[in-house]
This record gives sequence, C-alpha cells and structure tokens, in this order.
Amino acid sequence: MDNKINLTIDGQVYTANIGQTVLQVARDNGIYIPSLCYHPRTGKAGKCRACLVEVEGIRGLKESCGLEVRENMVVNTRTERIMEVRKMIVELHLSNGEHNCIACEKNGHCELQDMAYHCGVERPHFPVEHVTAELDTSSEGIIRDSNKCIQCGRCIRACNYNVMHEVLDFGWRSGDMKVICDDDKPMGESSCVQCGECVQVCPVGALTFKNAKGVAQYKELKKTKVICTYCGVVCSIDMYTKDNKFVYSLGTEENWEELPNKGMLCVKGRFGFDFLNREDRLNTPLIRKNGELVEASWDEALDLVASKFSEIKEKHGPGSLGFFTSARVSNEENYAVMRLARGVVGTNNIDHCARL
Amino acid sequence: MTNSMQEADKGNVILVIGTNTTWNHPVFGGMIKKAVKEKGIKLIVADPRDIGLSKIADIHLTQNPGSDTALLMGMQHIIIKNNWHNKEFIAERTEGWDEYAKSLEFYTPEKVSELCGISVEDLNATAKLYATAGRGAIYYAMGITQHSHGVDNVMACACLQMILGNYGVPGTGVNPLRGQNNVQGACDMGGLPNVFTAYQPVINEDARKKFADAWGVKYEFLDDKVGQTVTTMVENAGDSIKCLYIVGENPMMSDPNQNHARHQFEKLDFIVVQDIFLTETAQIADVVLPAAAFAEKYGTFTNTERRVQYSFKALNPPVGAKYDHEIVAEIAKRMGCLDFPSTVEELYSEIRKLTPSYAGISYERIMNKAGLRWPCPTEDHPGTPILHGAKFSRGLGLLKAITYRPPVEYANNEYPLTLTTGRLLQHYHTGSMTRRSKVLHGITPSGYVEINTVDAAKLKIKNGETVKVSSLRGSINITAKVTEKIKKGVVFIPFHFAETAANILTNDAYDPVAKIPEYKVCAVKIEKI
Ligand code: SF4
Ligand code: SF4
Ligand code: SF4
Ligand code: FES
Repeated sequence: MDNKINLTIDGQVYTANIGQTVLQVARDNGIYIPSLCYHPRTGKAGKCRACLVEVEGIRGLKESCGLEVRENMVVNTRTERIMEVRKMIVELHLSNGEHNCIACEKNGHCELQDMAYHCGVERPHFPVEHVTAELDTSSEGIIRDSNKCIQCGRCIRACNYNVMHEVLDFGWRSGDMKVICDDDKPMGESSCVQCGECVQVCPVGALTFKNAKGVAQYKELKKTKVICTYCGVVCSIDMYTKDNKFVYSLGTEENWEELPNKGMLCVKGRFGFDFLNREDRLNTPLIRKNGELVEASWDEALDLVASKFSEIKEKHGPGSLGFFTSARVSNEENYAVMRLARGVVGTNNIDHCARL
Repeated sequence: MTNSMQEADKGNVILVIGTNTTWNHPVFGGMIKKAVKEKGIKLIVADPRDIGLSKIADIHLTQNPGSDTALLMGMQHIIIKNNWHNKEFIAERTEGWDEYAKSLEFYTPEKVSELCGISVEDLNATAKLYATAGRGAIYYAMGITQHSHGVDNVMACACLQMILGNYGVPGTGVNPLRGQNNVQGACDMGGLPNVFTAYQPVINEDARKKFADAWGVKYEFLDDKVGQTVTTMVENAGDSIKCLYIVGENPMMSDPNQNHARHQFEKLDFIVVQDIFLTETAQIADVVLPAAAFAEKYGTFTNTERRVQYSFKALNPPVGAKYDHEIVAEIAKRMGCLDFPSTVEELYSEIRKLTPSYAGISYERIMNKAGLRWPCPTEDHPGTPILHGAKFSRGLGLLKAITYRPPVEYANNEYPLTLTTGRLLQHYHTGSMTRRSKVLHGITPSGYVEINTVDAAKLKIKNGETVKVSSLRGSINITAKVTEKIKKGVVFIPFHFAETAANILTNDAYDPVAKIPEYKVCAVKIEKI
C-alpha cells in the first residue's frame, strides 16, 4: 500500500503513485497539459516550458514534466498566467517556422496544433520572418522539414538513447541551431538505418513518413494493434490503415514499458508491410493442368487436394505424406496443420522451416 | 530463450555468438547496445565479420566459421584451469562433472587457437572476462545452429553456462534468438516430427492416448514413430515421401544446395503450396492455395522469449484468399473428419486444453496487453520470464563431453575461400515480402558478396565488379563488395535474392540430430568474369 498519495488538480482530488510526475498524473486522469519536449519514451528535457503549472505554496510556475507529486499538493493547470505563457510559447513557435497545417501529414495529430487550439491562437502576433529551408527527401522512408522543427530534441534523444543508432544531434549552421544527421549529411546519405523512431516521437510535422504523404489524413486512418511478422522479437505494432490498405506502423505506445519492443521498431517493422497492398497477391486457387498453373474454384482445388491426400495415403501409407507448417502463421493455424497431419492423415511427418 | 529480452541490462557480461543482432533482431540489438553503453555491461562478440555490436565490444573474436565448438570448449578449459567455475552449482544442479572436466583436457588454448584462427591471448582474455565479470548471458542465433555440428554448439553453450552457474536469475541463460516471428509458436504447437504441443513426445503412450481422445480417433490411428524433418522429407522425396503440403514456407529458396532441392521436389507426385504470393516453391506446385497474411487475421504468436501475444485483424484478406485454418479445416472435412475445429477460438480452446504451458493464457489476459510468457498453467499464474529457476526441466543439468567435429567442407586448393550466409537489415528470409516493399527494396535492391580487401587484391577484384562465385554444387554471378569488415579468407552472401541465390552454393550436409543444414560454412572460389 503506502506508495499512494493524494493531490488536488484543478480543484479535484486524485490518487497518485509516489515517483509519478504531475504531468503523468494529469494525463492519466484526462487533464490536458501540453508537453512539447517531454514524451513518455524520451523522458523529460525541460526545454519547452509548455507544461508549466502553478503549485500552491510555491512561487513562480513549475514544469510539470519534472515535478514529482507530493501528499496534499494543490496544482492548478489553467490559470490566467499559465494560459498567457502557453499562448506566448505557441506564438513564438508559429512565428519561428512555417507551420502551415493545411496539407501537413501531422494535421489532426500534431501537438503544437493541439496546443494552439487549446490556447485559441489562430495566427502569431509577431511578424513571421523566416527563410524557407529545403526539404530533405534523400531518405527512402522519411521526409525532414526543418521549417516545422520546434527543436524539442525528442528525435535526438530517441535516436541516441532509445534505438541507440546515434545519428541525430543538434548542430549549428549560419548561426541557427538545427537537427543534423551525422556531420550534417542528407539523411539518405547518413548512417541512419531508417528505423523511424524519430518520426514516431516528433510532436510536429518536421519528420514524416514518405510513403504516407498524400495518402491519408490522420482522421481517415484506422489503428489496429498487430504484431510484426518478421523476426523473433515480435514487436507490438499500431498499424494504421485506410481503405483496407497498409499506410504506416508505429511501435505500440500503450503499455510500452511492458512490451517486448518498448515502443520501438526496426526498418522492417516500420516500412516493410506494403507487400500486403500488392496487386500480385494470390487471390484464386491454382491447379496444374497440362503443365500449366491455371485458375480454379475453391471447391475444385480443395476436393482435389483432399482426394489426392486420401489416394496417396491409401496407396503408400500415411508416412508418404509430409507437412511443412510455418514459422510465420499463428499458433492456432500451426495447431490446425499439426492436427491435420497427426489426427486426420495419421503421420508424424510434420516440421517447419526453423531449421532453414 | 531461458530468460527474457528485458534482462539484457540485468547481468554483468554478455556473450554474443553467431548472431548479427543489430541486423537480424534490430530492436533487441539496440537493447544490448544500451545495456553496454549505459549500464557498463561487458560485451564479448564472437563473429568472423565486423558487426554492429563488435564496435562497442570489449572483445571481438573473429573465429573461423565452423569453429564455435572449439571456442566455447576452449573457454571452459581455461575457466577450469583457473578455478573460475561455480563448484556449488555444478555439485547441486548438474551431473557428469568428473568425466566432463576430463574431456575438456583436449581443448588446450594452443589447439583452440589454431582451430579458431584467434590468438591464445585473446582466448585467455575472453575466458577471464566471461568467467569473472559476474552474471553472464549468451545470445546466439543461426550462426550457432546452422552447422553440421549445430547441436554440439548449442550443448557447448549450455555447458559453459552450467559450469558458471549462469541459470535461473536475471541476466543469465542460454538465449537463442529466433529468426522468424513464430518459430517458437510453431514448435510449441507440435509443428515438429517428434512432439505434440508443449513438447509431449509422440512416442509416449499417454501423450498419444490424450491426443487421440481429444481428437476422437482411435489410439492406434496415431503414428507412434518419430516423423521426418523438412531436411529428410526433401532428401526422401520420390522414395518414402510422395506428397508435400507446404504452408507459408519457400523451401525452394531457403533449402541449401538449391539445384539439388529443385531436383528432389520434381520427384514428388503431388505438391500443395499455401501462401500469399506465387513464391519460387509455389511455381512448381500442383495446387496453389491463396492464403491471408498476418495483419489480415487474428490469433496468437509466441516470440523468442516465449511470450504469447495476441494480434488483431487490421485488414481484410484479398477477395478470393482464405484463412490458413479455414483451408486446413476444409481439407480435413473433405477427408472425412467432420468435427475438425473451424474457428480460431475453437482451435485456441483446444490448444489450451491439451497444452499445459498455455492453459492459463486466455485471450482476455493478453488482448490489448503485453502478452504472457509460458509456462503459464493456470489463469491466475503470472507467466514465467525466467526458466530453470530451481531446477532444469530434466532435473539435473547434464554435462556431456563433446568431441570436436570440424565443418564438413573445408577451404581447399580448388575452393580456397569459406562462404558463410545470412541476412541483411532490410530483408527477411527468402525476400518474398521484403523485396516487395518499396522502402526496403529502395534501400537494398540486390545482393552482393562481401570479400576482404586482401583477398580481393590477390584476385584483382574491384569493389562493385561482378564476379563468379562457385562451390562444388553450382555457381552464381554477383556484385563484389570489397571490405575490411570481414575476416581474410571468409566471404559472406545474404540469401534473400533469387537472382544471386546463396543457396545454390551452400552445402546440404546437416547435423545428424537436429537435421539443420550447414548454411554457415562451405568452400567456394571467386573468379573474375
Ligand atoms: S530513423 Fe532511426 S536511425 Fe534514422 S535518424 Fe531516426 S531514429 Fe535515428
Ligand atoms: S525534428 Fe521534431 S522531434 Fe526533432 S527536434 Fe524538431 S520538432 Fe523535435
Ligand atoms: S520490427 Fe524489426 S525488430 Fe521488431 S519484430 Fe519486426 S523485424 Fe523484428
Ligand atoms: S514538456 Fe516540460 S518542459 Fe517541455
């Protein structure tokens, strides 16, 4: 028991675990506090000040992403002062880059846009002065748009401390700080392995997936929790689809600490599923006739298979049939093939390509 | 795996052997890297190539392909000579010690150094670091198993861990990294010639009775002899094997000595292939059945750490394709088995009834959650992240002498180079899925042969040049990648690419017990064309 405490947020009493931050407790309870640099998987960075709150008895505003809860703490998240600071932060970002949301991949799924919406900022009050930088489209899978970067540093921490690929860092060019790959190479020529972790944590549209561009707006996507079909780590994936087509994958964020992949993916799990959408997927049974594989109905194909199996079993015994089950199909399906071989045909000639 | 992936940072030292983890299990490769860089865990990498992890390793051994048994036994020789072994663990948890210790005499540092092509100093340093750093974990993959003596390699790993007492606690264990997402599940479900689900032996009468009862067949109906493996089924094609039913595999591409494999398949009376694409194997089938792919169905999959996870259905399969289990049930019914389970739920509840280690894993417990690691016998059991806590499955761990066996084929005058094969980061197995992916294909469209700078200079081969690689079994033309990242005398070819198929060259000699072919070592020559 007693690692629980009570605290008050915006006049409501909540129970929390010792060690949690105010931001985490607020989020767990559906209270909106923006966080542009903090992400559950990259931790607190203390850079953006978007998460400021007021705590009774403490002077000044506090960063809730780094503030541990205490017994009987009284926190306010929506005072006038806080709203002023938030507005200011949004306006600064909006005037320091090109945050034109209309055709952005992140529209509807952007943390800066959310924050602007909550603060009621429609356009910055400061004059927008910005030299448009070129997009970096050199990578097969990822588009970098530094005009939208808010320099929160999430991508850098994720690349260096989550997936450990050590590609990204902050660098300076003509006096401006920006995110660079290696010693400022185009992403596609850098040591980036295109795991896409940086894209997944970026709060804005500065990093996006190339293959998703123009394919679907966020609101049109359906999210489903699946597992990766490639290696034995079996990463948990939130697969985004539209009109029965794969669009992109994110490592599952919910419960990420418990999952085998802790929210991460590799290039195969990230980009490797567009084979599902391919036109050359098999969509009809084929039967060899006069040396050629020709289309057949399911009934015809299944009858042929069953009768051939029975005939060969009759003639040469059950041991003349062999079954290769698959390291790629589910447990239930493997079990079904196993029962077919042993319980229906009567042979132990069943194996799979784990050996190969 | 005896232990879990999350424990990578819980021990003191890690031995990575026969796995290019950052390419083949990339997310876990990152976890090992994190453990080493942030927690200061010591890392030993044993691999003839420079791999992602060797850059951060405390020791990188480039042993000759096929010499792993010698390396692992040689380490134990040194450990015992220096009295670094765990006497208490050996006395309490193992048997066969005296004879085993004697058998290690053979593996003197000098002999092992010669067999492995590494220095005595490096060998000593490795043994010392691994034995004295504290808790040690071994991670390995097909680099250990795909040899004509793969079982010896696995046993050598297990014995090394036994004499050091590296079992049952976090950050230890013998941890094979499974190459395909549901290898573990396919094995657990009895997709093996010798066992039903949960490794219940087919030669055991009680097990046969139990399954016969559950399936409503006569006890005598069930085959009471161990069946054939994929390797022997291909070998016996046309003789004892007349017909193959192949679900979601592409053995024409993945089998060693491809020309021979094709010849074998041609001898069969009837081949059924059930898959999502017209793979190389489907092209030679008599009947091809179109199946649904992974995200188009729901069900459970078991990862390399025995974690059973539930996958939801994200997409509809192509119109005209059917689910694998549906097809199997249809065939069963047409063969007269009218009560064959036809839904995923029915199948899973049957699995739970017959499989003690899965009995406690209900769908409800793993849907939208992180899954459970078997054994999980009851619905209130929390699952088992670490195996062999208090005792081994067989009781006492068996320390069994291992006689050194070299690879079947050596580099020789005519074929002076040693070929080893494997995967790339961007591709998977026979490439039928990844080569159809735009981004993955975009990054790596074709195969190549890696050759050491010195060997290339001798042959006057330049980087990017097309060369001819031949073994006793066949030859391929392929682009040369000249690099210092591979040991002299060794060449590497990824096996994903049909047009430059490494498996035209590989040797189909296999381990007498595991029946796993020797993909990792064969002799080749390279010529300019
Ligand atoms: S894609 Fe992965 S490797 Fe590349 S920069 Fe992003 S996080 Fe780093
Ligand atoms: S690219 Fe995205 S994640 Fe990286 S610093 Fe810029 S805004 Fe933050
Ligand atoms: S995303 Fe990569 S590491 Fe994860 S299961 Fe798939 S192939 Fe393996
Ligand atoms: S989220 Fe707290 S400072 Fe950025």
